[in-house]
Amino acid sequence: MLRFIVRRLLLLIPVLWGLSVALFLWVRALPGSPAQALLGERATPEKIRQIEIALGLDQPLYVQYWRFLEKALRFDFGTSIQSSRPVVEEMGRRFPATIELGVTALLIAVLIGIPVGYFAARRHGTWLDQLSVSASLVGITIPVFFLAYMLRYVFANQLGWLPNTGRQEARMLDVEHPTGFYVLDAIVTGNGPALSDALLHLVLPAVTLATIPLAIIARITRAAVLDVLNEDYVRTAEAKGLTARTITRRHVLRNAMLPVSTTIGLQFGLLMSGAILTETAFAFEGVGKFVAQAIPSRDYATLQGFILVIAALFVLINLLVDISYGLIDPRVRVR
Amino acid sequence: MSLLDVRDLSIVFSRRGRRDVRAVDEVTFSVAAGETVGLVGESGCGKSVTSLAIMGLLPKRGAAVGGSIKFDGTELTSLPADKMRGLRGRDIAMVFQDPMTSLNPVIPIGLQVTEVLRRHRDMDAAAASKEAASLLERVGIPDPARRLKEYPHQLSGGMRQRALIAMALACKPRLLIADEPTTALDVTIQAQILELLKELVVDSGTALVMITHDLGVVAGMCDSVHVMYSGRIVERASRWELFEAPRHPYTAGLLASVPRLDQARGEKLEPIPGSPRDTIPWTQGCAFAPRCRNRIESCTQGAPELVADKLRPDHDLRCFNPIDVAEQEAVTL
Repeated sequence: MLRFIVRRLLLLIPVLWGLSVALFLWVRALPGSPAQALLGERATPEKIRQIEIALGLDQPLYVQYWRFLEKALRFDFGTSIQSSRPVVEEMGRRFPATIELGVTALLIAVLIGIPVGYFAARRHGTWLDQLSVSASLVGITIPVFFLAYMLRYVFANQLGWLPNTGRQEARMLDVEHPTGFYVLDAIVTGNGPALSDALLHLVLPAVTLATIPLAIIARITRAAVLDVLNEDYVRTAEAKGLTARTITRRHVLRNAMLPVSTTIGLQFGLLMSGAILTETAFAFEGVGKFVAQAIPSRDYATLQGFILVIAALFVLINLLVDISYGLIDPRVRVR
Repeated sequence: MSLLDVRDLSIVFSRRGRRDVRAVDEVTFSVAAGETVGLVGESGCGKSVTSLAIMGLLPKRGAAVGGSIKFDGTELTSLPADKMRGLRGRDIAMVFQDPMTSLNPVIPIGLQVTEVLRRHRDMDAAAASKEAASLLERVGIPDPARRLKEYPHQLSGGMRQRALIAMALACKPRLLIADEPTTALDVTIQAQILELLKELVVDSGTALVMITHDLGVVAGMCDSVHVMYSGRIVERASRWELFEAPRHPYTAGLLASVPRLDQARGEKLEPIPGSPRDTIPWTQGCAFAPRCRNRIESCTQGAPELVADKLRPDHDLRCFNPIDVAEQEAVTL
């Protein structure tokens, strides 16, 4: 098992290296340049030249790449030209927000999606099953920005139950955030009002971000449970006279979780792209919003740094999925 | 009184948009305590469905069970689901056809044995695990303590079927139903498994319903044999009688299509013409008539009833024109 993990971690090196080259070239292939984006209408050839020299963009590509790589290995991704702060500092501020949002969304998706899928399968062919299938279709197809504004309109503007945007109320500004995970910080410092404030701010963005993964997880669970219910070993379990509860938990769900866990791992990528829209719609200061803004401002350093870290996270999360797969299924257990 | 009493069992499958399928009809048989009864027929004749009906394992929707199934005086067809769960695995157990797919691939063999013990025999984890090891030992699995920790994919097909038999016999059931228990196994293993079943059944006095298409299995084990065709029993007799003098042309055909060692070299096997799909509904006559060598005109005018054979008292027959005893020589040898 340990060897497997080490091997997979070593594999991360060529993956990230290849990605760094592709990313490096991709951001430079975008039309325009950081200097132009920065200067806008005031751009003159001399000023552009000055800024390019300052940013090192006048050097040949391989020199630029080498400088980037050298610094990146020391976990230094340069300075964001959007915010004039080091990219690493921005990461420290923004990744906690997005991870908090993503984990909450994934929890919602898993905790609702799996039971819905399971009950739909158990009531296969009934109106409940059909309802869940069509509801999940709506969940997959509904545009994120539309859902976001609908939720804001109903629950924030009309009913006033939940905050409209952001991560915290203005009166919470002086609350300390040692880790940047607001929920975690509030729990650690035992600050009740800050905790409820942070949680309330998470509800709408997390629900918005969760809809697509929830619908997908529900559908995959339903299909997987239907498959497993037809397996001979479930009939064997029935023939043993086991209670319905034991059969469900030990024989049905455990086997059905195999495809579901793969899906959950793949949802992470979806969550990251969904986060861009969701965070923008809810003015939620996270990774998605920052990266989305980095594209029009040609913020090379931010794009390179953030996307590399996101890719590394994606690979790590899928490694976790593979490990959990081995825990569930002895046939793919690695030695 | 017999242990299992099946009376006039009928099973009808219905699906929306399709014609109802009468998979089993007018099936009546009984099994006495300690007796071994064979249910024989080609695929699709209704033998497996009959066993699932006894176990209460038919799908709740789309399968209508008629008639009566009495186990030790208890009517099973109307028994509430939770009572039936209490009976299954404890008093009535079943061994299925395919050991490769009948075990849960993601949990260890040990848990799959102990879960029955803990459910029905109120054992704690330690006692159940000890009992499980001795059960595996009894069914001939070497090094049981190690095997308990292993997963199904680490066992061979024969070992898996032994493990499934151990699970079925864990609570010393009074009735065991074995549905083609050797079909998915190698020939050499088949004999071992049959031997094992015979031994265990005789040892514990368990009644056995052996469902098979393999007449060799019947010949080696069963006290009495019921031959099914297209959902109905067409002939019933003791094993000796059936093999010595089959009266129904279908039974005779089955026997003639088995290769024999004492047959002359190069002599052709005699298959039954056609396939089980070439049937007519029992409402229009004898379902076997289209494939039957002894067909007479009345065979396609109405269905024959299962009645006692005029020539032999303990022999029941559903045929208008059975094979004449004088003709027997030609058919059996």
